Amino acid sequence: MTSKHLTIALAGNPNSGKTTIFNNLTGTRQKVGNWPGVTVEKKEGRINRFGYDLTVVDLPGTYSLTPFSIEEVIARNFLLDETPDVVIDIIDASNLERSLYLATQIRELDCKVLFALNMADMAQARGTKIDARKMSELLDVPVMFTVGNRNEGMDDLLRAAIDLAESAAPLPRSRRVKYTHDIEEAIGRLRDFMLNRTDGDLPYPPRWTAIKLIEDDQIVKERLVAAAPAAGSALLEAGRAERRHLSARYDEDPQIVMTDERYGFIAGIVREVQASGTRQRVDLSRTIDLVLTHRIFGFPLFVFFIWAMFQLTFTLGEYPVQWIEAGVKLLTEAVGGFLPQGELRGLVLDGVIAGVGSVIVFLPNILILFLCIAIFEDTGYMARSAFLMDRIMHLIGLHGKSFIPMLMGFGCNVPAIMAARTLESEKDRILTILITPFMSCSAKLPVYVVLAGAFFGARAGTVIFGLYLLGIALSILTGRLFRSTLLKGADAPFVMELPPYRMPMAKSLLIHMWDRSKIFLRKMGQIILLGSVIIWALSTFPREGSLKRDYAAEIRQAAAVAEARRAVAGDAESREIEEVYAETVAALRRLEKSDRTENSLIGRIGRFVEPAFAPLGIDWRGGVALLSGFVAKEIVVSTLGVLHAVGDSEEEGALEKALAEAGMTPLSALSMMVFVLLYLPCLATTAAIRRETGSYRWMFFSIGYSTSVAWLAAFLIYQAGRLLGFS
Amino acid sequence: MRLSELKQGQAATIVRVGGSGLLRRRILEMGIVKGTEVYVEKYAPLKDPVELIVKGYHVSLRVEEASQIDVVNVA
Repeated sequence: MTSKHLTIALAGNPNSGKTTIFNNLTGTRQKVGNWPGVTVEKKEGRINRFGYDLTVVDLPGTYSLTPFSIEEVIARNFLLDETPDVVIDIIDASNLERSLYLATQIRELDCKVLFALNMADMAQARGTKIDARKMSELLDVPVMFTVGNRNEGMDDLLRAAIDLAESAAPLPRSRRVKYTHDIEEAIGRLRDFMLNRTDGDLPYPPRWTAIKLIEDDQIVKERLVAAAPAAGSALLEAGRAERRHLSARYDEDPQIVMTDERYGFIAGIVREVQASGTRQRVDLSRTIDLVLTHRIFGFPLFVFFIWAMFQLTFTLGEYPVQWIEAGVKLLTEAVGGFLPQGELRGLVLDGVIAGVGSVIVFLPNILILFLCIAIFEDTGYMARSAFLMDRIMHLIGLHGKSFIPMLMGFGCNVPAIMAARTLESEKDRILTILITPFMSCSAKLPVYVVLAGAFFGARAGTVIFGLYLLGIALSILTGRLFRSTLLKGADAPFVMELPPYRMPMAKSLLIHMWDRSKIFLRKMGQIILLGSVIIWALSTFPREGSLKRDYAAEIRQAAAVAEARRAVAGDAESREIEEVYAETVAALRRLEKSDRTENSLIGRIGRFVEPAFAPLGIDWRGGVALLSGFVAKEIVVSTLGVLHAVGDSEEEGALEKALAEAGMTPLSALSMMVFVLLYLPCLATTAAIRRETGSYRWMFFSIGYSTSVAWLAAFLIYQAGRLLGFS
Repeated sequence: MRLSELKQGQAATIVRVGGSGLLRRRILEMGIVKGTEVYVEKYAPLKDPVELIVKGYHVSLRVEEASQIDVVNVA
């Protein structure tokens, strides 16, 4: 069956209910990806309705189509370059005036557009009545009523969109924004000039192109030169001349004048179609806000919500994490049962299963966290948290919304970095991602507990607290440093809408949560799998090599000794002999493992990089442990255990004793903890950075930067400590 | 008078939006244009940013940004 294919684009302001309508239209048949080259989510759904094969594309929510944010560029490029068959502009009925600003810009693009007047019921409840027929007449655009959150009007909307797409009627050219005389004349002159010079061969509608030249639109200027190389510079010069003329005429940037005039035009429409009652929002939402952003209660409530989110994510999430860990263990045993000893077994068990297992255990945390964030976003509380925190975050050069990702970093950096998605400005997002790893994650805690516990005794708690503070301080310094260098310039203006509180819809929460988690699973899985196989190989090979002792022979010898003693011993003594034998064998195996690790590639790398760690007071074992910590920070402790030949189930304090015997001092322990706090993020975090910044460049930058900072901080602490006479 | 000098609960009419570049455009695009009535809903607990009601919706601005906006008819 071949049904006709149509592409429908959904445009609209943020919080206009666009996503809800998209979910209603496409249900679960959505494809979520990223727009090419950027990390803005692209949602697309394919459905079969009314005998048509429809692709519905959810454009990023924007307030305007001036290309100042990535979202706006994406939305505009899609409309211009992909030329969807029809555009549905979702208009929030309770926000008519501002919604119409985007609408007038879409109208100027000369595409088939239809307005969905959404949530008119809510507007009506507030005493605002909109005359849709009049609006349709005035703007010459079909207007449909929808109530997104009650799934009303969807069929009519689709039907109308299809009709419009299929209609052969010419695009309505009148009833667009009319600018004042001087501007209209300039537009006309410029349009004629362009048509003349290019024989009408313009990439975009001529009137629109003229308007954009007057607005000094960088992207359109570039495209124009690319499309008409011969006439390009003449066209740009003509545009500049008109801009100069208008700037002098109005004593103001023409862009600003035109924005004013669009709003003037809109005000006229609104006067005609909207019978308004109250000026202010006298409703439940305002009352809720009086409490949630209250001068005194605002912060405690915010702290409570964050605490609750943490609890849910990391405490409630702990149960399913344990189930998954148990499941992974079961799988390891099951697979281990039929795989013969050897390389393949090691690869599958220690490489693949352990690697994938280490990712999948994050899943419950990720799901819960994203559910919480979806609730914050969908209710409208996210904007309030930014409102509350902005004053503080602005000190670091960040937006209020950066707070939640950074805070999540104390739990686990992976969801934290993914939570940075809620930031609209790309610079803010990258900066947040770069400083989040300095928030000491929970996986680093076991390392502190062992080292601080061994060397600082009763003061361990203070030392660990100090480490957390150091991380925060460095993140602030880093933020300020990067904001004034690498990611210079406008930290996004804080012009932020505070949408009315809304009851979140379960369906949309679940879709939200699952979409993001899916991306996590898919992409992380690939990188982590590769990474853990590499680390496994490094610590396994070469198998053969000069071990310090012949362990197999010594074990055989111990067996022979035990055998000989057993022969002459009584029952009581034989148990003791068995114990001594078992202990000897275990000790030998540990030494063998330690020897093998030392002999492996990673051990050799450890020896090789030893000079780099020596000024920090960290020996080669510490170096290897730190290297292995790249897979996951907890591993630092277990690797130290292996290298110092201390078993997993050894009595309490064995590792601590071994460390002290190997020459570690409180000062070098502190240096090592500082290094662990700051150095390169773990594999999963690295993958998340790659994913969320969309570039390997930022990933390597983050690795390089954090490791340099770690080395420097540890170096300063160790050397300064020694100068001051500590050891 | 500057918008940032208004107290919570005061209303006024915008006469001029100053500043430059992206920020100014953003402010204008959000409907904070001359002739618009603005109502100061509240300041954040740390006195910054400020929440305004403009054209029937709520929007927040940093105080620094609000200080670029001139208003008259304060009520």
